[in-house]
Amino acid sequence: MSDTPDETIEESSEVAEVPEPEMFGCPMTDSRGQLVLHVDRDRYLDVAKQLADEGYAMCVDLTAVDYSEYMERALPSSVTAERFEVVANLLDITHRRRIRLRVQVPEGDAKIATLFDLHPGTEAMEREVFDMFGIEFDGHPDPSRILMPEDWNGYPLRKDFQVGTIPVQFKGAAS
Amino acid sequence: MTLISDEGAQELRPRSELTASELLREVASVLRLSEAEAAKLGDLPEDPDEDQTMVINMGPSHPSTHGVLRLMLELQGETVLRCKPIIGYLHTGMEKTGEQLTFMQGGTNVTRMDYASPLNNELVFSMATEKLLGIDGDIPERAQWMRMLLSELNRMSSHLLFMATNGMDLGAVSMMIYGWREREEVLRFFQKVTGLRMNHNFVRPGGLAADLPPGWRDDVLRILDMLPERLEEYDTLMTGQPIWRERLQGVGVITPSEALALGATGPILRSTGVEWDLRRHDPYLRYDEVEFDLIVGSYGDAFDRYAIRLNEIRESMRIVRQILDLMPEGDYRIQDKKVTPPPRARIDESMEALIHHFKIFTEGFKVPEGEVYVAIESPRGEIGCYIASDGSPTPYRMHVRAPSFVNIQCLPHMMRGGLVADAVAVISSVDPVLGEVDR
Amino acid sequence: MAIDDVINDGLGGISHNVITGRLEDLVNWSRSRSSWPATFGLACCAIEMMASGAAHYDIARFGMEVFRASPRQADIMIVAGRVSQKMAPVLRQVYDQMMEPKWVISMGVCASSGGMFNNYAIVQGVDQIVPVDVYAPGCPPTPETLIHAIETLHTKIEQGEILRRREQNGGGAHIHVEEIPAGSVPVLLGRQADV
Repeated sequence: MSDTPDETIEESSEVAEVPEPEMFGCPMTDSRGQLVLHVDRDRYLDVAKQLADEGYAMCVDLTAVDYSEYMERALPSSVTAERFEVVANLLDITHRRRIRLRVQVPEGDAKIATLFDLHPGTEAMEREVFDMFGIEFDGHPDPSRILMPEDWNGYPLRKDFQVGTIPVQFKGAAS
Repeated sequence: MTLISDEGAQELRPRSELTASELLREVASVLRLSEAEAAKLGDLPEDPDEDQTMVINMGPSHPSTHGVLRLMLELQGETVLRCKPIIGYLHTGMEKTGEQLTFMQGGTNVTRMDYASPLNNELVFSMATEKLLGIDGDIPERAQWMRMLLSELNRMSSHLLFMATNGMDLGAVSMMIYGWREREEVLRFFQKVTGLRMNHNFVRPGGLAADLPPGWRDDVLRILDMLPERLEEYDTLMTGQPIWRERLQGVGVITPSEALALGATGPILRSTGVEWDLRRHDPYLRYDEVEFDLIVGSYGDAFDRYAIRLNEIRESMRIVRQILDLMPEGDYRIQDKKVTPPPRARIDESMEALIHHFKIFTEGFKVPEGEVYVAIESPRGEIGCYIASDGSPTPYRMHVRAPSFVNIQCLPHMMRGGLVADAVAVISSVDPVLGEVDR
Repeated sequence: MAIDDVINDGLGGISHNVITGRLEDLVNWSRSRSSWPATFGLACCAIEMMASGAAHYDIARFGMEVFRASPRQADIMIVAGRVSQKMAPVLRQVYDQMMEPKWVISMGVCASSGGMFNNYAIVQGVDQIVPVDVYAPGCPPTPETLIHAIETLHTKIEQGEILRRREQNGGGAHIHVEEIPAGSVPVLLGRQADV
């Protein structure tokens, strides 16, 4: 899905040759034929900038995952698994290719630089991640909740936030 | 209506409460610009006189906000100075619920996001699941073509809905009746195929829920024969009419660079002249085997977006006609023991089949670890599904990249400096579906 | 001639020409025949609600074609779709702004009970916020079901019992109607398809 077919083949053959492939000094993996770049939090903005210069001019999606119940996930050896992961999907419409950035964000210091200056379209997405996971975006111009009411407590998509299911009682149902 | 607003920092604050730098920051964030760029706009008076501007609230219960979108507009006379969309009034917690449901049940959840094109939502979720399972290359041909057929018919019904609501928002109320009349025919076909008019849950991981019913070809042909003359009627009613053109042309203009920076996709991006359609540029299903034209605008205004959608109905009809010719015989779902329940007849005679059937529907099938992002072209733009799996039968994380959610960021840009009466035209031309915006 | 009757027979002549009845019945009859719904479309059900107003289903037949945007001009609030925690105060406010007498139809399972979204974000049943008179089941209810719900409500309005009950305890009528599946035979404007 992510790339045009010939490019996918090219990338995956690279993956087969080099033991731990890199791009801009960040470990690169292949997830079901899709390029994934594991970026260090400090270099996140820098790498995004370099990628933008390479043609990945559009950030189509930005989200996060709370991996607190699944810390043993597969990651390149040089990456330490942290509780949160911010995932950004970048798109290059001239070369028709996609790349995904995965950034580890520790629980104790849930903060990451904002992509707003580079890709203004991430404004709402970053607010959504803040609203749902409580990850703060440094330099975001409008760090407020977006989906939940302003006075809401807690971050719903964190794994320790209960679903809030109310047990259903069936009354008067034919048995 | 007057609404006592209480969403605090999410709202647009009146000028009198802001310092100059705060105002600049707010303008920059709402317009998605850097502060330097916002300062250059220069349309904000240096010493704003509080009496000259007013902040009005539009929605969330407003007839032309397509559901529960809430806009706060700062007006100077009739001119919109600032605008901020406030969303979340339909937040349903679908991504959280998606983590509770198995991959088999997930379709019921995602189909309720973009309720104007439910089949596209199911399709993208199923495709992401198939990619995780590694069976995306083995889906039978007939299933792929059936998915295309349903997806294109859904695109038609979604755009017909746009025609109806767009007309209604701008005062062409009879257009609402006409748009619904045609959409109803498509819905009747869906009802015949899937059993429901909306929220079908028909596209499932591995294929579809059932085969097409006998006589489907005639039903589709009937729709295809009916629509061209009806679309001609739309042209007569709207496209050539001076009032219609005056209301739309030059309203809500957006440039290609703005649209790209904001991440806008679909008809909004295409209206600016950028050729980008995932059906053409990143083909999925069998879109590389059918012929169709991309409809691209040139001015990036509301009229272009209207015209693009109208002509995309015609292109979809062209695709559907080709699908009718090319539809192969065969199975409508993959015969993979892992994901496909055994046929009903086998359950009566085989104990294993019964157990297998029971396990698939109670426990669900396990999906290998990993994470994927799959995107397709919905009527509103790129709809993407990001699934992270930890090897259990439920997704560890299920996220949908909703096109309306991103497209709605264009509203402040399109409205700035326009008239408040055009605000309705602009919202309508973006065609947001709030179920998808808020999820 | 009525005047001749009165002249010849006095007031005894009137009974041939005048129907007597209670004013309440007349009021209830006219209320049920011109009930205007407030547009309170929230989610998927709103689309079906609009479909009910369009050409195929045409609820103008029941005196309900005028969907009023302003709650002050509306009599029936059709809560069409899931009600989120953020929307709940707004919904109550719109209800409070409606003029008495007013009725509420809860359209769809999400509005009635939370439906499949039994989670933190959705109010589990709109009857926690406003008194509901009729629940229309379905996800979304077909236009046929909605019309059935509206018709049921009209009957009850005509009997006047809902308002009497509300005066007593403030509650709604809580009537549950059956779902009616939509017809799937294509009707192409006047000609029934030969299926």
